Amino acid sequence: MPIDITMAWRNIWRNPRRTLLTVAAIGFASTALVFMLSFQFGVYDTMINSSVNIHAGHLQIQAKGYKEKMAMRYAVADPVRMGNLLNGIDDVKSYTYRAEGFSMLSSSDRTYGVLVTGIDPDKEKQVSTIKSLVRKGEYLSSSNAYEALVGSLLAANLKVGIGDEITILGQAKDGSVAASVVTVKGIFTSGIDEFDRSTVQIPLKTFQEVYSMDGAVHRVVVVCKSLKSVSMVKAALAEDISGIDEKYELKVFDWMEIMPGLLQSIQMDLISGFIMYIILVIVVAFSILNTFLMAVFERTREFGVLMAIGAEPGRIMKLLLIESITMTSIGIFLGMALGSVFSLYFQKHGIDFTGASEIMNQMGISGLMYPKLTLLSLFTGPMAVLFITSVAALYPALKVKSLRPVEAISYN
Amino acid sequence: MNIVQVKEVKKTYIQGKVEVYALRGVSLDIKKGGFAALAGPSGSGKTTLLNIIGGLDLPDSGDVAVDGSSFSGMSQADLAKMRLNKIGFVFQAYNLIPVLSAVENVEFVMLLQGLDKVERRQRAKDVLDDVGLEGKYDRRPAELSGGQQQRVAVARAIVSNPSIVLADEPTANLDSKTGNGLLEMMKEMNEKKSVTFIFSTHDDMVMDYARRLVQIRDGEIADDIVK
Repeated sequence: MPIDITMAWRNIWRNPRRTLLTVAAIGFASTALVFMLSFQFGVYDTMINSSVNIHAGHLQIQAKGYKEKMAMRYAVADPVRMGNLLNGIDDVKSYTYRAEGFSMLSSSDRTYGVLVTGIDPDKEKQVSTIKSLVRKGEYLSSSNAYEALVGSLLAANLKVGIGDEITILGQAKDGSVAASVVTVKGIFTSGIDEFDRSTVQIPLKTFQEVYSMDGAVHRVVVVCKSLKSVSMVKAALAEDISGIDEKYELKVFDWMEIMPGLLQSIQMDLISGFIMYIILVIVVAFSILNTFLMAVFERTREFGVLMAIGAEPGRIMKLLLIESITMTSIGIFLGMALGSVFSLYFQKHGIDFTGASEIMNQMGISGLMYPKLTLLSLFTGPMAVLFITSVAALYPALKVKSLRPVEAISYN
Repeated sequence: MNIVQVKEVKKTYIQGKVEVYALRGVSLDIKKGGFAALAGPSGSGKTTLLNIIGGLDLPDSGDVAVDGSSFSGMSQADLAKMRLNKIGFVFQAYNLIPVLSAVENVEFVMLLQGLDKVERRQRAKDVLDDVGLEGKYDRRPAELSGGQQQRVAVARAIVSNPSIVLADEPTANLDSKTGNGLLEMMKEMNEKKSVTFIFSTHDDMVMDYARRLVQIRDGEIADDIVK
């Protein structure tokens, strides 16, 4: 083994207690960073998947202008053609069609303004988890029945139960009055309060008939095989639909464009997390800075002797940097190992947050949270610790460069 | 042949607000193979002169040359190379590297010189044998007595065959018997291997051993006796 490494290793253990405390500080910070980043990524995945699976999908094809104005006339006139395109893309897992219209919804007691959505019951259950969220009654049986699936909070507000009738009154695509009566077939609870308070779903064919859609829909909702493949599918789809001649130009939107609020809340959470992580890393950096300043002060005479016998300051700096990198690496390695163990354990068993279920429901997540250990969450924090502590160790190492041998030898 | 040439060297220190004249124009030549002592009371300037001869400190004016190489205009890196190849040091407090064994301490200088491992290990062991530390190669400084540590320091100083060995009060931390043994050993090195030794001391025993005694007082050479 090269003598520099031998010396560095032995120097590290000259003061075992101080070394162990420094390694423990680095290890603790790395463990915390690995686990907390994994936890954040897991929560984001859960939030995205909840929103995607319940309603939004990974991608949507819409007529240009519909996202901003949600006017009935901005419709996809030939949804079947879109379906045929989607059938030809490998990474598309499933898709469905939806049409929507703002309407007044009345029970015998109350009236509310809500968004009525027409869904294809067979296709919808491949895209959305809503069928599994039905808590009372049943899922929609066919695409042309006059029945409705109502969110639990809306049902409570309307004071309706299974088998009760609801009157729908809105404006059709052609400007005429859209009116119908549907029977409550099922009541669902998604956990997302806003969704449960404002959603009514009826069969797509019923919707197209009541709202005079002439076979058109407002959204073609696509679920990809994985989150990673979304951008690829979006690019392929954008290319495929660019040449289609429809009354309104067709656009493809991904989940970030469809749910900008979700993306912003993830970004905000990431930023606040990073501020906390930076503080943690700086505290560790001061710890290692203190250790190495102490080492330089304690060993000034020794450095003077090394210089007297012919060692250049650069060699002593190198020795100090090997010591700091070795100590940091031990801490980081232990931290990464412990952080991975904790993350993987909770990735399997989940962390129970049922006490905070009210807040979590707002975010679309259930009471159990699962961290997600990825290469990014494993390496980002520890590498930041390595970088910052290496920079912190440079200062005492550079101090050695300014030492004069005669002053260093007589240093007390 | 003069191995050390000191010409009109002056050195001043600032202590607080007071200017202290450590050396006031000292000139001195030491011959190759010499065994000389710079003697004088504390604060006389003997250690300052030794440090300047060793290239650890630079004079305010004047010049020093070791083995024909003048220190004038040398950078810190040049001085480091000069110390590595031409000067060996023995310090009062031994000053061995505590994390290295005896043989590693002696080897370290040769490592800095770039010698290969097998050669430097063999040479380090040979020199440790010469200073009477056979079989104690792997002991760390903390496992050796003061006298043994100073012998390791001497071995480190002479192992690379320097032009001169500078010893700053080498017996100050040793009892008289151990100090005597150390001086005997250095005298033997001087006589058998022609290693040039220059001591800074106020120990009578060292002064007795020295073949040349340079008395320094108030930054000037007060007396220069060749025995």
